[in-house]
Amino acid sequence: MYMFKYVTKRIALMLLTFFIIFTMCFVLIKLLPIPTNVLPGQDPEIVAKTLEGRGWITNLREGKNGVWLYDRVPILEQYATYLKRIITQGDFGIATTYGEYINMPIWEVFKSHLPPTILINIYSTLIGVPIGLALGILAALKKNKWQDQLINIFIILLISVPSVVLALLIQYVLCFKLGWFPLTMSTSDAYFTWPVFRSMLPAVFALCLGSIAGYARYTRAELSEVLTGEFMLLARTKGLTKSQAIRRHAMRNSMVVIFPSILSEFIGVFFGSMIIEKMFAINGVGGLYLNSITFQDYDFFMLLSGFQTLIGLTAAIVIDISYGFIDPRIRMGAK
Amino acid sequence: MAKNTEIQNIPLDKFRFAKGRDLDHDSKFDTKPVSYFQGAFRRFAKNKGAVVGGIVIAFLVLFALIAPFFTPFTPVYYDQMYSYVTPKNNWFAENNMGFWDGGKQKNVSYLGFIKDLAIAQETGRDVIMGGKYEETTDKDGGKLYSYRYDTYFGVGFGKYKTISKEEFEDIQRYQNETGRQVLYPTVKISDRPTLEKNKYDANIYYKMENPKASIIRPKVDAQGNVIANYWKYEAGDVSPLIPEYNSLRIEGENGFTENGKQYFYAYGRKVDGGIEVRAEYYEYYIYQHTQVIKDGIEEPTFWFGTTETGKDIFACLAYGARFSFVFAIGVAVFNFLVGITWGSISGYYGGKIDLTMERIAEIMGAIPTIIVITLLKYHMGRSSHVLVLLIAFFLTGWIGTAGRTRMQFYRFKNQEYVLAARTLGARDARIMFKHIFPNGIGTLVTGAALTIPGMIYTETSFTYLGIINLEAGSITSVGTLIAAAKTSITANAAYVAVFPCMFLVLLMLSFNLFGNGLRDAFNPSLRGTED
Repeated sequence: MYMFKYVTKRIALMLLTFFIIFTMCFVLIKLLPIPTNVLPGQDPEIVAKTLEGRGWITNLREGKNGVWLYDRVPILEQYATYLKRIITQGDFGIATTYGEYINMPIWEVFKSHLPPTILINIYSTLIGVPIGLALGILAALKKNKWQDQLINIFIILLISVPSVVLALLIQYVLCFKLGWFPLTMSTSDAYFTWPVFRSMLPAVFALCLGSIAGYARYTRAELSEVLTGEFMLLARTKGLTKSQAIRRHAMRNSMVVIFPSILSEFIGVFFGSMIIEKMFAINGVGGLYLNSITFQDYDFFMLLSGFQTLIGLTAAIVIDISYGFIDPRIRMGAK
Repeated sequence: MAKNTEIQNIPLDKFRFAKGRDLDHDSKFDTKPVSYFQGAFRRFAKNKGAVVGGIVIAFLVLFALIAPFFTPFTPVYYDQMYSYVTPKNNWFAENNMGFWDGGKQKNVSYLGFIKDLAIAQETGRDVIMGGKYEETTDKDGGKLYSYRYDTYFGVGFGKYKTISKEEFEDIQRYQNETGRQVLYPTVKISDRPTLEKNKYDANIYYKMENPKASIIRPKVDAQGNVIANYWKYEAGDVSPLIPEYNSLRIEGENGFTENGKQYFYAYGRKVDGGIEVRAEYYEYYIYQHTQVIKDGIEEPTFWFGTTETGKDIFACLAYGARFSFVFAIGVAVFNFLVGITWGSISGYYGGKIDLTMERIAEIMGAIPTIIVITLLKYHMGRSSHVLVLLIAFFLTGWIGTAGRTRMQFYRFKNQEYVLAARTLGARDARIMFKHIFPNGIGTLVTGAALTIPGMIYTETSFTYLGIINLEAGSITSVGTLIAAAKTSITANAAYVAVFPCMFLVLLMLSFNLFGNGLRDAFNPSLRGTED
């Protein structure tokens, strides 16, 4: 019962935070001038009527020289309409300025961009986490021996090299010089065929190197701390072999902190690295986000900002709550 | 009592430390006392990685501060003619070291080779470095040439250039004074290639097999050399289109004789608005910069090469690094001050104040940076992106420091000495900043210093993503260079990426090592736990 209360409280707090950020974003966006610019081939009346239909403007009338006049709707009223549409119809609006998707429902466009991002991140997680864990365990068990030193150098190098540089290096060496992979990801949506998979690989490598280093460092630190614990000595004293003691006591205890972060890594797959997506021209959520910023398509920006914030908050809360489940003594954020 | 008062009259020098028995531990320590910071410094000095990191950081900062003074180039400078020229240092070039000499390995077919050879022949420059090349035959029987190619001299003449009459005369004066050949004989209009794309190419001075062809193939003599096709005129029979020329003439031509008649070459052609000349770009560049613009540039020598648009990478990197450091350190100091104030209040008073302040910080911290920067960018419209970045970092940058300060306060505020201070009547501000804060200062300063590479990295990422564009304000940063390097990969000019990337990697690496060392030094109990 206590657990239930704790979890509900944390989730409620998270939703509150999310709501505040989302509202702030909406208000700040709506304070900007309404984008009434008409693209070539568009009817100004349709543009104006669309905006009116969305509930952004009201009292639409035709002025002189075909200019459409309108009044602005109070922002909170707009917000109410916006939320109502989302909740009742799942309607996040339509693209108004984003060149290639004009007049298409944003949610549909967004959904079609999810698979590449998710796939690349899942592959990278599947490769990165086990290797990272293995390296970390090896380093902790061989602490201060040459294996540890080597892994340490590897970790500090990978953590220090910014992902821009790493991705650039991978692209240059693997794709351009050696020609093993295409320079950018294939635009085809047959994601599970070999050519498309192959074109994803450089991005996957660029992504997973970072998580390998992260997990190796984390595991090494955790495990080497646990290994010095008194209960390890007790385990050995009561007759366990070293490997038994490590497997049954040290590993499990070090997983208390590592497992939650693996969980949150899987939440994070929905929103990948924008840098990598841009570098390898991946047709994913990150690229969509960047383009919506350039095109100033505000509804797109709202949806993707909200999504990114939600992913970030969820990943954080999953860590906190799963701590509580794995080790009931820990109550993150409780008094 | 009277007996006791006599003690006061005992002279000071009669007092001695009691020796013997078990009183020895009262003696003074022979060793010097080690203060907290001395101890920290000792521990830090033992950590070799951290010391090396510190030295590298010092070197990078020094580079950022001093390097701009060593180059006449600025980030605003660009020269399209010298786009993608490779790094060159005069000393290495003169001593034929084989690298850092502006050279580049080139594998081309015969046509590409003869083009370079023609420039070399006419100007006498080492376009094909050392005159060495390897000839191979590919499987189709075509000839392939591979050689080191001088990217500076390989520019050759570029396009025909129209200059004013005054400049034409000034160049002649300059030529006579310095003995450097800028102008070369020009080619008669009817002898030039006819297609639009080749028409203005001043590098084609030779006889062609077919002037109408899309790809120009030169005629060659028995030795495989191209045959010059200059515009010549007979002495005394000057075309009205040929301007007067009294200056250096190319070697072997001082009014040469052919079939008993004396001929001269034409060194220009009168056109509307001036004189069209063939000027060797290398010499013309020197003339331009030393005689006309006078901006301190003596020679086109780019230490780190140039970008696609012909910007000097060394200058861009130096100015960019300077900007990045000044910017990051400024923001870090400000955020440190705000963060410790916020964190101290929140941590010291606790309770409801703490809860509210924590919530605010938490919400601020949960907003992704990209949203903050984008919204600011939208709202600030035309104002400089530097300002956008500055405000974005001010808005969210202090949260980390505030959190760390709060932790330190929670750690120390219930200690006995704080209670003692309060009992003695110290006010809150005194307890906070005199008693609690100094205990955590090592950790806090380390934390703040470590935000510097983070900021540089964030700035780089956002410039790379194209959300922030510092170049618009004629400021350059390392990120701008890395964004430019992206296109250079496919242009086979990887060196564009090398220097900015190296700078960034060195910076991050040394800050990481340095920061870990500092943290371990200030906080020996945290040793080895890394996060």
